[in-house]
Amino acid sequence: MTTNGWLQIACFLLAILAVTPLLGAYMTRVFTRQHTWLDPLLGPTERFIYRVTGVDGRREMRWTEYAVAVLLFSGVSMLVLYALQRLQGVLPWNPQRFGGVAPALAFNTAASFATNTNWQAYAGESTMSYLTQMAGLAYQNFVSAATGIAVAIAVIRGIAQRERETLGNFWVDLVRATLWVLLPIAIVGALFLVSQGVVQNLRPYDTARTVEGATQVIAQGPVASQEIIKQFGTNGGGFFNANSAHPFENPTPLTNFVEMLGIFAISAGLTYTLGSMTGSRRHGWAIWAAMAVLCLAGVTVTYWAEAHGNPLLSAAGADQTPGIGSSGGNMEGKEVRFGIANTALFSTVTTDASCGAINGWFDSFTPVGGLVPLANLQLSEVVFGGVGAGLYGVVVYVVLSVFIAGLMVGRTPEYLGKKIQAFEVQMAMLTVLVFSLVILTFTAVASVSPGVGTSSILNPGPHGLSEILYAYSSGAANNGSAFGGLNANTPWYNTTIGLTMLVGRFFMIIPPLAMAGSLSRKKPVPPSLGTFPVTTPLFTALLVGVIVIVGALTFFPALSLGPIVEHFLMQSGRVF
Amino acid sequence: MATYGHTQARSLWDPTIVRKAIAGAFLKLRPRTMAKNPVMFVVEVGSVLTTWRLVQDAIGSRGDLLFELQITAWLWLTVLFANFAEAMAEGRGKAQADTLRQARTDAIANRVLAEDRFEQVPAANLRKGDVVLVRAGEVIPADGEIISGVASVDESAITGESAPVIRESGGDRSAVTGGTRVLSDWIRARVTSEPGHTFLDRMIALVEGAERQKTPNEIALNILLAGLTIVFVIAVVTLQPFAIYSGAPQTLFVLIALLVCLIPTTIGGLLSAIGIAGMDRLIQHNVLAMSGRSVEAAGDVHTLLLDKTGTITLGNRQATAFVPLSGVTDVELADAAQLASLADETPEGRSIVVLAKERHGLRGRDLADKDATFIPFSAHTRMSGVDLAGRAIRKGAAEAIGAYVAANGGTAPSELDAIVDRIARAGGTPLVVADGSRPLGVVHLKDVVKGSMRQRFAALRAMGITTVMITGDNPRTAAAIAAEAGVDEFLAEATPEDKMALIKREQADGRLVAMTGDGTNDAPALAQADVGVAMNTGTQAAKEAGNMVDLDSNPTKLIEIVEIGKQLLITRGALTTFSIANDVAKYFAIIPAMFLATYPVLGAMNVMGLRTPQSAILSAVIFNAIVIVALVPLALRGIRYRPTGAAALLRRNLLIYGLGGIVAPFVGIKIIDVLVGVLHLA
Repeated sequence: MTTNGWLQIACFLLAILAVTPLLGAYMTRVFTRQHTWLDPLLGPTERFIYRVTGVDGRREMRWTEYAVAVLLFSGVSMLVLYALQRLQGVLPWNPQRFGGVAPALAFNTAASFATNTNWQAYAGESTMSYLTQMAGLAYQNFVSAATGIAVAIAVIRGIAQRERETLGNFWVDLVRATLWVLLPIAIVGALFLVSQGVVQNLRPYDTARTVEGATQVIAQGPVASQEIIKQFGTNGGGFFNANSAHPFENPTPLTNFVEMLGIFAISAGLTYTLGSMTGSRRHGWAIWAAMAVLCLAGVTVTYWAEAHGNPLLSAAGADQTPGIGSSGGNMEGKEVRFGIANTALFSTVTTDASCGAINGWFDSFTPVGGLVPLANLQLSEVVFGGVGAGLYGVVVYVVLSVFIAGLMVGRTPEYLGKKIQAFEVQMAMLTVLVFSLVILTFTAVASVSPGVGTSSILNPGPHGLSEILYAYSSGAANNGSAFGGLNANTPWYNTTIGLTMLVGRFFMIIPPLAMAGSLSRKKPVPPSLGTFPVTTPLFTALLVGVIVIVGALTFFPALSLGPIVEHFLMQSGRVF
Repeated sequence: MATYGHTQARSLWDPTIVRKAIAGAFLKLRPRTMAKNPVMFVVEVGSVLTTWRLVQDAIGSRGDLLFELQITAWLWLTVLFANFAEAMAEGRGKAQADTLRQARTDAIANRVLAEDRFEQVPAANLRKGDVVLVRAGEVIPADGEIISGVASVDESAITGESAPVIRESGGDRSAVTGGTRVLSDWIRARVTSEPGHTFLDRMIALVEGAERQKTPNEIALNILLAGLTIVFVIAVVTLQPFAIYSGAPQTLFVLIALLVCLIPTTIGGLLSAIGIAGMDRLIQHNVLAMSGRSVEAAGDVHTLLLDKTGTITLGNRQATAFVPLSGVTDVELADAAQLASLADETPEGRSIVVLAKERHGLRGRDLADKDATFIPFSAHTRMSGVDLAGRAIRKGAAEAIGAYVAANGGTAPSELDAIVDRIARAGGTPLVVADGSRPLGVVHLKDVVKGSMRQRFAALRAMGITTVMITGDNPRTAAAIAAEAGVDEFLAEATPEDKMALIKREQADGRLVAMTGDGTNDAPALAQADVGVAMNTGTQAAKEAGNMVDLDSNPTKLIEIVEIGKQLLITRGALTTFSIANDVAKYFAIIPAMFLATYPVLGAMNVMGLRTPQSAILSAVIFNAIVIVALVPLALRGIRYRPTGAAALLRRNLLIYGLGGIVAPFVGIKIIDVLVGVLHLA
């Protein structure tokens, strides 16, 4: 580990700290319909959209209507994307003349992009036409992110409002999230990426002759426009198979920094929005702090593990200490342009948030270095988390924390003045339950099914178990990153991971919305000295504890047979 | 403070209760009973499964039978320990119910037929609306409202208080309770309850827990625990395929041992005991809560409405100073005031006599031979006094005495007005004394605030509870007393309507309100309040409107009720936290033990240095079972509660039960492992 590495990590956290109140306050204005400087431009567009679609923007929805609208919208989007993939062979903007995508893969990809997961069982440059990339995948990158933000805002309203039946209008929230939040960032960001060397064209692939005289095909495409939303929308689906390790997606250390910042920016901002819309800024910061602590812990462990490298190599006489001309540590699976610190940070950030973009290869990390991304997924993406998803996910943990520890102040538990009762606990437990159920059940079945499950594994032993566990964890957490080392483009994995993603998205959306609907109806109790404090460092510590303990208790047995035992085996001289 | 009455001295480990609880623990093994508690039900199902497999293995002479037998036995003990905890909590109530049942004798009632005719019928035949005659020595056959007569009644069967109380028709002392005994005189009462639904019947049902329903918070907590249990079932069931993948399939015993250690058995086993014990603690304080819901609400109370008289102040105004006008000596005024009060039997009057004696050594004199004429207080003149030897001494309100002096041709100096005003502003009651046309001075009567109230209100404030003093006094007096007692707010010149409006206003802001009351006109407010504590001496209407009855009729007890409510919730939260935190250590004990044979490197995770895999698993299971019994006293007694703010409470309890919950099992399992080794059990 180097000072330079730590400095970069510190810079990153400071940048997130700086961006949080800016974006947070802006989103508060957008979703409480206060004036913003983009209104003159976007106001007419918004009204035009409502006129064309026949949406009554003033009509408020109860949580059930809101949930139905989310499901309908996502369902239709998914169908369209499925059809687009199947039919791309006969549609325009297909210079490479790719044929229609196979049914299981098309289902998997449609589910993947509609759920903001962007799990890619395919390689973009050899499967998807430009039309599919832009009208299908990039479109989903926007609206699935906007859906997440909308749900988060609805949940915040539920917490903030008193004695109201409704949570807002999904269509309005969707449109405003897209127009006011995602589009401006995407436009400015794409221009920035282009300035750094990210490609943006519709040309057929180039063919180049290498120095050795071999022929190399260089993939092209509208990359920058997709890259920026891939990061800010925590989508993570790369234009190219190599994702953010590809020089056309992520050419410079500066783009690397901005891409990492993009992953956390909106999710971090939403904690501030939660604070300002509920009138308790300090509560927003307390949650932010809990997330930052968990993120820093993850980075530290990964960085430590990777920088220490492989003890077997040291034993064989390899020098793994950093020095002039040598990065030291375990450089396998790292992009040489970014080094260990930036890859450790990127890996933690992308798995903390449900982004899934990668600039390294987890499969090649040390066991502990690979454990962190896996454990991050299994915390169900609440460390900043997916755009919107992180916020409504963390609210579940906040409710659980408040419920478990809240009793200890001698009052029936309350969250920002709202009583936490049977229904809220039921919804919170439902999310925890479904999340663990879907991951563990599918992994269990796959791990003992030689025909369909274990046959896709490239590495035997505990590492293979990690690969399967990672795939389903990534699906359920709507992350989309792959551990690698698992051939997931099979009918079994395409179908089951597709289902996992759908469950991991919509079973994580409906219970928090139901909870918000119930909280919204309640009359808040005014705060007093006897109120459970949700603004203090103690609360931050409690929240961290609950997130870690709930996650750890659920997945510890599985992890102990995967990366944990692999770590001890490596210490004793065995690798996989 | 609480009088413990007949519930006194029932120690936590009363041998008869313990004996009955042990039997009860086995009776509760019925699956239908167990199913109400999802966590322990899972343990029972696990125990049945291991027992079944144990029998199979024993017949086939397979497996490590000693280990399997011990695991199975400890799993059953886990269930029994939890049942024992619940039975212990119930046992204390049952024992008390038995005492109460003795009061519910088959009394014979004198049902009144006409003005002076009555018939004798069994008490069970009485219906609501019947009129009964109860004479000295007879047991009151049913709850009723006195319509005529006055009697002294021994209510010790209900309240445990042996001193008799006076019950009379009209006013707020007209209610009588079935099962109590008339000691002297007679009463006629109208029966107000149907047979089987008397206060005594309700009380028996309550202390016995027969009508116990899960409270809202308990239901929510149960959902959390059931949810966690399912999560752990998933984690353990899917562990077997992972184990098979890793080439280390596990036995049923090990898997069920792991499951039982992980699911929150500690809180699951103690949850209902905590609830029952909370109600029981109220009963120890001679308070009957009509529902567990109200006990929970007590912990949540924001606003306490306290009547001034009897709760905050001693109830009677007392003379505290003589303030003479210029030209009059202290002794002169004290002498006159004492003379005017010698025949005054009111507490105020007596306090004047006592003060004159204390300050100026003036003894009470017998005026019978001095040709004295006492002038009693009348609502018309609003003064009292004495005429003797040419003197006409009067004491009374300032205006009344002013008029009296003027009528005798004198004038009241402006100095007098100033004194009167000063006393009134300080919260006192000025009592002006005059001799014929000559005003002498003022006696300062004062409401005496009870000793420890100030500290108690400060403690309540630290807990975030606002106290509101309710008084009929004028705002000036009320403000002064409120300041002296240290209450946060006051409601002066309060009518029942004002009180009701105040409660509704607080509730509209989301605050929970607690109050006490005894009169019929308190009934609507008692019903409206979230915690309404009716005094047992109060009217039937008040008792029915409130959701608690204080058998000691001590309005100060509201504070204890709030503390008991908080203590109940804290105990629940602390043990939940403890239970979940325990799991960390259990993982470190069991997971390496499970896979050590296949992956010897996992020995590195055996941070406790447990001797063998079998011993590690057994020790974790034993710890898990024993901790339930070890925490029974805590569950029954409740966690010690000191009134402080929420932040401090949370910090303290998280440290003890959260951090402690993580550390304690590491130590406990290690110790058990050593013992298991010494005893050669595994």
